[in-house]
Amino acid sequence: MREITRHALFWPVAALIALLVANTVYRPDFLAVTVLDGHLFGAPIDILRNAAPLMLVALGMTLVIATRGIDLSVGAVVAISGALSLSFIATSPDPGSVSTVLLAIAIALGVSLVLGVWNGFLVSVVGIQPIIATLILMTAGRGIAMLITEGQITTVTSAPFKTLGSGFWLGLPVATLVAGGVFLLVALLTRRTALGMLVESVGINPAASRLAGVKARTIVWTVFALSGLFSGLAGLILASNVMAADANNAGLFIELDAILAVVIGGTSLQGGKFSLSGTLVGVLIITTLTLTVTIVGISPLVTPLFKALVVIAVTLLQSPRIRETFAARARQRAARPEEVAA
Amino acid sequence: MTSSETAERPVVEMTGISIEFPGVKALDQVDLRLFPGEVHALMGENGAGKSTLIKALTGVYGIDAGEILVDGRSHRFSGPGESQDAGIATVYQEVNLCENLTVAENIMLGNEPRRLGAIDWRATRREAARHLATMGLDIDPASSLGAHSIALQQLVAISRAMVVEAKVLILDEPTSSLDAGEVAQLFAVMRRLRDEGVAILFVSHFIEQVYEISDRMTVLRNGRLVGEYATATTDRVELVSTMIGRSMEVLEDLHVSTDRTVEIERGSTPYLQAVGLGRKGSVQPFDLDVYSGEVVGLAGLLGSGRTEVARLLAGADRADSGTTRIKDAPAPLRNPRAAISRGIAFSSEDRKAEGVVGDLTVRENIVLGLQAGRGWMRRLPGRQVDEIVDKYVAALNIRPADPDALLRNLSGGNQQKVLLARWLATAPELLILDEPTRGIDVGAKAEIQKLVAELAGEGMAVVFISAELEEVLRLSHRIAVMRDRAKVAEIVNGEDVGVDEVVGLIASGGDH
Repeated sequence: MREITRHALFWPVAALIALLVANTVYRPDFLAVTVLDGHLFGAPIDILRNAAPLMLVALGMTLVIATRGIDLSVGAVVAISGALSLSFIATSPDPGSVSTVLLAIAIALGVSLVLGVWNGFLVSVVGIQPIIATLILMTAGRGIAMLITEGQITTVTSAPFKTLGSGFWLGLPVATLVAGGVFLLVALLTRRTALGMLVESVGINPAASRLAGVKARTIVWTVFALSGLFSGLAGLILASNVMAADANNAGLFIELDAILAVVIGGTSLQGGKFSLSGTLVGVLIITTLTLTVTIVGISPLVTPLFKALVVIAVTLLQSPRIRETFAARARQRAARPEEVAA
Repeated sequence: MTSSETAERPVVEMTGISIEFPGVKALDQVDLRLFPGEVHALMGENGAGKSTLIKALTGVYGIDAGEILVDGRSHRFSGPGESQDAGIATVYQEVNLCENLTVAENIMLGNEPRRLGAIDWRATRREAARHLATMGLDIDPASSLGAHSIALQQLVAISRAMVVEAKVLILDEPTSSLDAGEVAQLFAVMRRLRDEGVAILFVSHFIEQVYEISDRMTVLRNGRLVGEYATATTDRVELVSTMIGRSMEVLEDLHVSTDRTVEIERGSTPYLQAVGLGRKGSVQPFDLDVYSGEVVGLAGLLGSGRTEVARLLAGADRADSGTTRIKDAPAPLRNPRAAISRGIAFSSEDRKAEGVVGDLTVRENIVLGLQAGRGWMRRLPGRQVDEIVDKYVAALNIRPADPDALLRNLSGGNQQKVLLARWLATAPELLILDEPTRGIDVGAKAEIQKLVAELAGEGMAVVFISAELEEVLRLSHRIAVMRDRAKVAEIVNGEDVGVDEVVGLIASGGDH
């Protein structure tokens, strides 16, 4: 039992289960999944689908944070990626063709990757602090997206593109499958190669890593590039969900949710050890929370407050100091009978 | 001073202190007594429990059993604040001050005199100056702390501790980065405080210093109390034996392990040749050859440029003049990677900042250098990692022998061994060791010295730096003498070369 409670993911998972239970109490059929038109249907499936964009952004964020960095520009990249793909499809002669959509996706992802590389360049080569370096794109990015959409909210009709955000494949939402695929890919990339260890090493002690011969610059650059790429993919899913490019509101504040998910998942903002599965749980908690608010019917006015309360609870439970206090209490309690016996 | 024992009551009396960490009994029934007006040395190998005992006294760790009496009153500290309130001040090994603040601000931090609710800066400086004066220090309180040497910072830290009029002053390895003159200055201050009735607990690995300054000592081993001794009546060899719990064989072995008479074939091509290598503001251009199978010692005072030489040879700093050749082929060492790929391994003197990756495991730390060289895509196969790790954990006697332990939980000596393993795993041809034995215990020190001698015997080129001249003399075939950031002399070591010769060279700057 003690082994289980000590596990780094115990409290986040407990919080997630508690949220699900609370929802089920409120709406007994909450966890029910039915099959409709050959697709799975129900609140859990909604959570999985809604979680996809945040999951993608948070994956990149996890790696960036592990190297002691932070990427504030993810929301702006989401907006740019969405604006680019939809504007391209809207202006193309044949918006409904698969080749147009594939080209639009390729362009959006390519530009997102370049934006990530730009961030990485500022941080690893120029040596600007990550929070400032990415603040540049966070501010400028919305402007770029506005330029692309020419200040309009472009609405598009394109069946193949819609599939990415709203379609189903093998009964599951395509968005979920994409995010899940990327999650597995990153997990393999970091744990089956030495990338994970080197990322952690750079995050824990950059000076020692440099002397040990680690290419710290390349690694930092790589994680920022990945963060840009994944944000671009998230932007595509969000754009495909609403089929409208909104330069101002697409991906707004998603950087904060992503950072939150990473922290809830147990990766320290000081860099070093990271946990991808922790981030996954963090993302599910945040998405479930958002859905809970709607289901329970909490007024949108107090939604942020409600969210904050849950976050405080989870982070407190994870704080090493709080845990230490509990552990010390338990130790003293265990020691006392001995004293009596002696 | 030992007479005080009988006359006075101890200011601190710790009895039967036990502290347990998950799976480890860090302290087991340890006693410690401190009397007013004495310097008390706390002795023991790395991992003996010295730091844990200090942390129990300063309230950093709670104790699981035992009693702490301060001034006859029982205390159960649950934080450093409470211990300070009881009159116990601590100066840790790493100076815990703010370099960007002035000396006065550092000394008075948290105790600034106030006027109308705001800090009275003039009074703050005046008070700080008074505290410095009572310790016989002549430092401008308005100067920035970062402008002073580590030694002076250390003394400022002590001044800071004395602002709260501490009855007990704990000095944890205060001398590990000081040179002889600075140590003398520190000791003068310690004696002054002792004569004023302060009880000083002094932790040091330097046995000579302990004999010079302390009145009594307490020896720990493996978390247990070995005993309390009066310094004047305890023999040095006996003390070391009690600390390491075995006879002096290990140390005596060493004297024969480096055969200084081995003739290095210097006619052949050296492994590494540095010609006119230098860096502005760091070290003046120097020439240095290192042959395979040879230990080249760098001798000099702290700040003489010995570390800077090592950093240039390892590519840790980039040279702005001169050239380097490896096996007679041009080999610019622009960064650590370039040096590593040429077979050069460099263990920095700043173990904590530039070596240890604390939150990674022993296993990961050992393979880090090797893996970095391969790049992230070609991960070392698990079986090969296990082989390497098992080999070095056994060969270097790394304790605990648990590859999955986090490196930060190991003692200093064992961390140093892990770092050595990291470098040895890369199979270097030139090993540069900057102060590999600093701050580690006698046993580990002997093991590392022995290893260096063996590696050279197997054909590795070694550059060895140590503040202890005896150690440099014992291990080196050749010694380069550094002074004022320049290489001033180079001598071939031999039976007729002693500490006095090297000290003479350092003092004269090689002019004679």
